[in-house]
Amino acid sequence: MTGATASLRRTLDGLPGVDAVGLEARAASLATRSIKTTSKQWAIDLAISMVDLTTLEGSDTPGKVRALSSKALNPDPSDPSCPSAAAVCVYPDMVATVREVVGDRLHVAAVATAFPSGRAALDIKLADTQDAVEAGADEVDMVIDRGAFLAGNLDKVHDEIVAVKEAAGTAHLKVILETGELQTYDNVRRASWLAMEAGADFIKTSTGKIQPAATLPVTLLMLEAVRDYRIATGRQVGVKPAGGIRTSKDAIRYLVVVNEIAGDDWLHPDWFRFGASSLLNDLLLQRQKMITGHYSGPDYVTLD
Amino acid sequence: MTRFEYSPATESRTIVDLKSSYGLYIDGEFVDGSGTSFKSISPATEEVLAEVAEATDADVDAAVKAARRAYEKVWAPMPGRERAKYLYRIARIIAERSRELAVLESLDNGKPIKESRDVDVPLVSQWFFYYAGWADKLGHAGLGADPKPLGVAGQIIPWNFPLMMLAWKIAPALAAGNTVVLKPAETTPLTALLFAEICQQAELPPGVVNIITGAGQTGQALVEHPDIDKIAFTGSTAVGREIARSVAGSDKKVTLELGGKAANIVFADAALDQAVEGIVNGIFFNQGHVCCAGSRLLVQESAYDEVLERLKRRMATLRLGDPLDKNTDIGAINSAEQLARIRELTAVGDAEGADRWSAPCEIPDHGFWFAPTIFTGVTQAHRIAREEIFGPVLSVLTFRTPAEAVEKANNTPYGLSAGVWTEKGSRILSMAQQLRAGVVWANTFNKFDPTSPFGGYQESGYGREGGRHGLAAYLKGSR
Repeated sequence: MTGATASLRRTLDGLPGVDAVGLEARAASLATRSIKTTSKQWAIDLAISMVDLTTLEGSDTPGKVRALSSKALNPDPSDPSCPSAAAVCVYPDMVATVREVVGDRLHVAAVATAFPSGRAALDIKLADTQDAVEAGADEVDMVIDRGAFLAGNLDKVHDEIVAVKEAAGTAHLKVILETGELQTYDNVRRASWLAMEAGADFIKTSTGKIQPAATLPVTLLMLEAVRDYRIATGRQVGVKPAGGIRTSKDAIRYLVVVNEIAGDDWLHPDWFRFGASSLLNDLLLQRQKMITGHYSGPDYVTLD
Repeated sequence: MTRFEYSPATESRTIVDLKSSYGLYIDGEFVDGSGTSFKSISPATEEVLAEVAEATDADVDAAVKAARRAYEKVWAPMPGRERAKYLYRIARIIAERSRELAVLESLDNGKPIKESRDVDVPLVSQWFFYYAGWADKLGHAGLGADPKPLGVAGQIIPWNFPLMMLAWKIAPALAAGNTVVLKPAETTPLTALLFAEICQQAELPPGVVNIITGAGQTGQALVEHPDIDKIAFTGSTAVGREIARSVAGSDKKVTLELGGKAANIVFADAALDQAVEGIVNGIFFNQGHVCCAGSRLLVQESAYDEVLERLKRRMATLRLGDPLDKNTDIGAINSAEQLARIRELTAVGDAEGADRWSAPCEIPDHGFWFAPTIFTGVTQAHRIAREEIFGPVLSVLTFRTPAEAVEKANNTPYGLSAGVWTEKGSRILSMAQQLRAGVVWANTFNKFDPTSPFGGYQESGYGREGGRHGLAAYLKGSR
């Protein structure tokens, strides 16, 4: 074991443990908050503005990506008061297509570093990152090397994040922990801390390709991590749950958790995002319902 | 000011059909009684909810006679499997009418609807389901092949968990073949009277359950009634002592579940965020009106600053207010009298030099309220570390070693519960062995289950409620 690894391990092992039963009970209790009327309206608009509208399929085409980008700009064509999404999230080769549509009006996020498995040599991951940034991505969603993390090779995970951060330049770096593969809550807390130490601007739960993806307890735990990290270092890091969040009700539960765990400062698209695709339409349906008083139905939101 | 304000989300009270006045439930019917009446108010608003009859000695006598008749003629001779049917029916009706019961409990007691809805009422139904299962299996309770009921049980319950304490008392008594006369607390009689309606709905034979309302004098008449075979009491240690004195030398059996001053022990290696949740749940659940509340926090000195910082931050997010709002975490103090006692003891805390810190929260104009409060710099010599406050007030002490934690935790005349927070399994086991408390929770607090016995050491009382052990309080064993 190198000295650096030993030191990193000491830092991570010094973090308080996580009691799974207690964590899940806390998440379940926050999920019973009842958000109604004006607070619901406010939360839905905030949630829309936090969506990283995502498509990460082998079958993505320029047409599909253009449609999604327009949707992110104007989620509800019938209502100009509806906020835009935060960003469009695609593979690096689709970044330029997104930029053509959204210009500077939205962020463009690219999943780089041999997404989703991260099983490639470092130089390939760095090239992938540079490629995305050169094509116009101002946010890079990287994956950590889960194999290295589980094998205890913490330096490797750390140094890769540092290297990708450097390659990404001024682009914001979101570090995907793939919590479904880390398995334990203790691992999630350690990986969160490791990513933040290495320079992550955001920590993100999942690729969306592994089950379970984002869960309320995991997100709660990561929010505790960013809260504690800011207290310890003064630096604020964002959180992005991704995958499996499909309904407005779910999204509002996440916002309640943000509110009560990390607090006000994270209730902003700069500090909290949803990685999602179908969530946006449900938010729009609920938004229309709040404004008009009745459900409009799926034909009144655009399918992209 | 926070950005994310939660709009009021008030549970509707129209589901409860509240009458303007209630009589006594004796022999299967509501009767006027021969005494005066008193008012039950909502502690959150001081609004009068209903007038309730105050049972006199004559009413108590009528109730005991009805219970005796039902015991001799119907309930004791009835096969256990038949008694079980009634108990299962009651359990099902409670589950079906849970919203109504929860709303009424929150109205009358002041506890948040999320607790009455998610904790109290579900446990009440579970208690009846659990003991219904025992009714035809009493020969397997470890009390001999054919244990016999005691007879007529007089039961006196407190105001902190009105319906849950009713279930803890009535379910095992009935399963074992006893009949009961139950007196709810004078500030929270309404759900017991709704339970009486449920007994009618379940067609429980008349006289098996009798509910008499009133204050201390009614309770005394019940305790002293010569035809009572058993007294079960939950409440203060002072009243428990009087009861023990009163029944001494008689044939009456007694179980007492009294006060507590539980230590919640947090080691430096604990899962801190969850430990903080456990501290909050331990003392602020039900406004701290919990006999087993974790009212003495013992923190390992090396983790003191971090635990306190996290605890204060967490306490600042507690939402105090309308008990019927689904987002309320802290409801009202049950009565003006209790509020006065909390104020008196916290003033003593100030006077003795402890440092008070209260969560910043707006206190409503009407009703009885006390902000969640902690005292730091508390030592074993302070009264707030020794006396039960029975409110949302936590005394924080420190310790250095496990041995010191045990010594301080056990240094109390009480012994109802304790909590241990550590990620080290072996330490949990060794602490649990050394702590003198009826319940030791590890990495959790205030968890209740009908299968688990509950009760105290020393001045916290005697006898156990819940589980197989709870049956022993209502059966004559042959062993």
